[in-house]
Amino acid sequence: MFRPLRLLAGSALALCLAVPALAAQMALTGAGSTFDYPLFSRIFYAYSQQHPSVSVNYQSIGSGGGIEQFSKKTVDFGASDVPMDAKELARAGFPVIQVPVALGGEGIAYNLPGVKKGLKLTPDLLAGIFLGKVTKWNDPALVALNPGVKLPAMPITVVHRSDGSGTTYIFSDYLSAVSPTWAAKVGRGKSISWPAASSVGGKGNEGVAGLVEQTPGAIGYVELAYLLSNDMSYAKLKNKAGNFVFPTLQTVAAAAASKPQISATDFSIVDAAGADSYPISGYSWALLPVKPANAAHAAALKALFDWTVTKGQANAASIGYVPLPANVQATAIKDISAMQD
Amino acid sequence: MGDGATTTWAAGSGRVSRPESGLARHAFMLTVKAATAIFALIMAGLVLVLVSGSWASLRHFGLRFLWTSRWDPVANVFGGLPFIYGTVVSSLIALLLAASIGILSALFLAEFAPRRLSGLLGILIELLAAVPSVVFGLWGLFVLAPVVQRDIGPALQAAFGFLPIFKGVIYGVNMLTASLILTLMIVPTVMSISRDLISGVPGRYREATLALGSTRWEAVRYVVLPMVRPGVFGACMLALGRALGETIAVTMVIGNRPSISASLFAPGYTIASAIANEFTEATSDLYISALIELGLLLLVISILINAAGRLFLARLDRDGGRA
Repeated sequence: MFRPLRLLAGSALALCLAVPALAAQMALTGAGSTFDYPLFSRIFYAYSQQHPSVSVNYQSIGSGGGIEQFSKKTVDFGASDVPMDAKELARAGFPVIQVPVALGGEGIAYNLPGVKKGLKLTPDLLAGIFLGKVTKWNDPALVALNPGVKLPAMPITVVHRSDGSGTTYIFSDYLSAVSPTWAAKVGRGKSISWPAASSVGGKGNEGVAGLVEQTPGAIGYVELAYLLSNDMSYAKLKNKAGNFVFPTLQTVAAAAASKPQISATDFSIVDAAGADSYPISGYSWALLPVKPANAAHAAALKALFDWTVTKGQANAASIGYVPLPANVQATAIKDISAMQD
Repeated sequence: MGDGATTTWAAGSGRVSRPESGLARHAFMLTVKAATAIFALIMAGLVLVLVSGSWASLRHFGLRFLWTSRWDPVANVFGGLPFIYGTVVSSLIALLLAASIGILSALFLAEFAPRRLSGLLGILIELLAAVPSVVFGLWGLFVLAPVVQRDIGPALQAAFGFLPIFKGVIYGVNMLTASLILTLMIVPTVMSISRDLISGVPGRYREATLALGSTRWEAVRYVVLPMVRPGVFGACMLALGRALGETIAVTMVIGNRPSISASLFAPGYTIASAIANEFTEATSDLYISALIELGLLLLVISILINAAGRLFLARLDRDGGRA
C-alpha cells in the first residue's frame, strides 16, 4: 500500500535533481554599480526569457566593490558609474573592455512654495548656489532671469547625496565644466566636500528627494528616473547653445548623441553641444575582460553584452533610463568585438 | 541582592552535591572556557583587521586625523573630527534622555503600577525594540524632522534661545532629530533591563525597610535603587553601544554634514553614517583606509566611554559606602 507512494516520492526527488542538469545552465555573474541595477534587472530578465540556458546574477554592491571583484576575477563582469582609470587598470593587471551600458540624466529639483516646475537656471547661478555664494531665492540674478515668477525671500538649502555615487560624480563633473571656481575649489568625484554652508546630505535619490520635498527653500539634484516617477518641481537649465531645456529622455539622448565617440578615457558628456541637449547627463559602464578567465563563459558573455547595448536598450525608457543613441551603440558593439571568445 | 544570592547558592549546592566523574567536569570546564575564548579571539581579530586596514591612513595623517575637520575625497585629505564629535554628542544626548525616561518608567512599572497595566505597558515598550531601524529612520525623516523644524525647534529656541545649543537656523534633519530617534531606539533596552532588575530585588528588603518606618519612596530610593545600580549601568552601556553604532536611522535624519556646530539644530555626521555612506563607492586606497580608521576610532570611543562609565560608577559606590 505504501509502495506507490514511495515510488512517487522517489521519482519526484529524481525529477528535482535532474531538471537543473538537463537545462545545462550557464550562470554569469556580475557586480557593481547600484545605478545600473534596475536597468540590468530588466535587461537580463528579458534576455533569459529569450535564452533560457543563460542566467545572470548581478549584485549591486556599488561601483568600488564592482571594480574590486572584477579585478580579482571573482565575477564575469563588473559595472561602474565611472570607468576604471589607468591606476585601477594597472592593478587589475589584465586588458579590460569598458563599454557604456546605461545613460541617465539628472534634474535640479526644488521646493519653493508658490513656484511651479520650470524655474530657469543658468550654469553660473547653479554653481553659485552650490558654492554657497547665492544664498537667497530672491537673489537679483535669479529674479532677473525669471520675470513673472514670485521668488520668496527664503534662504536656499542645498541638498546633495550623502552616499558616494555616480550621480554626484556627474553633477560635480558638470559644475567643474561650467565653473572654473568649482573646478579649482571642489573638483569632481563620487563623494566631494560640499562648500555651501547650508548643505545637507540625504542617502540615495529617495533621501535627496525626501529632504527637498520637506524643506521649503531646498534645491537638489536627482536622477531623471526618480524625478520622472515622482511629482517634483524641477528646473529648466540653460545649455551650451543658450537654450533653456527640461531634463527628458529626449534631451538627455540628444546630449549623448552629440558625442558618439566616447571611450573610457574620454567619457564626459556634460555641458554637451546641440540646441536640445540637456547638460547634466552621463553613462554607466560595463567592465569586460578581453580574455575571460572562464573560457566557457566567453561566448555567452559576449552575446549578452552585444544584446545589452543594442536590443536590450528597448527596456530602458519605461523605467526612466535613456536608451543609448544609435551611434553610441555602434561604438559599443565595436569595442565588445575585441573580446576573445 | 548579594547576600540573598549567596545564601540560596550555598543551600542549593549542598543539596545537589554528588560525586561527579572527573572527565565530565573537565569537558564542561573546557567548553565554558572555549566559549569565552571565542569572544577574546573575535575582539583580537577585529582590532587586528581594523589596524591593518587603517594603516595607510594612520601613517599618512597620524594624530592629525583626530582633530582636523577637512573631509575631501577629491583631494584625498581626511580628518575625522566632525564624525567623532557627531557620534559622541548624538549618542550621549540619546543616552541621557533614554536613561532618564527608561529608569523612571521602569521604576513606575516595577514598583508603583498595577500589575495588569505594568505588563501591558512593558510589552508595548519592548515592542519598540523590535521595530527595524530603517522604519525609525523613515519615520524620523518624514514625520519627526518636519515637526522638529516647524514646532519643537522654534519652541525650544523661543524658550532657551540664549543657549548656544539652540541658536541658529533650524534644519529638520539635524543633531537633535538624530538624538531623539536614537533615544526611541535605545529606551526599550534601558527600560526593560532596569524593570527586570528592580522586580528582582527580593520583597523582604522592601518589607524590612518599610517595617523600619520608611515610606515607599524611601524604600525605593535608599534600598532598591542602590542595589540595582550596577545592573542598570550595564543596561545603559548596552544601550549606548547600540546608539554609537546605529547607522541607517541616523544617516536618514542627521543631515550628513561633516562640520561641527554648537547648535543642535544644525546637521551633523556620525562615524557609522560616514562608513555606510561612503564605503561602497570609495576607490582610492587612502580613502578606504581613512574610512576603516573611522571604524577603529568607533571601537576606541566605545571602550573609552565604557571605561569612563565604570570609573564613575566605582567612585559613586565608594563615596556611597563612605557616607
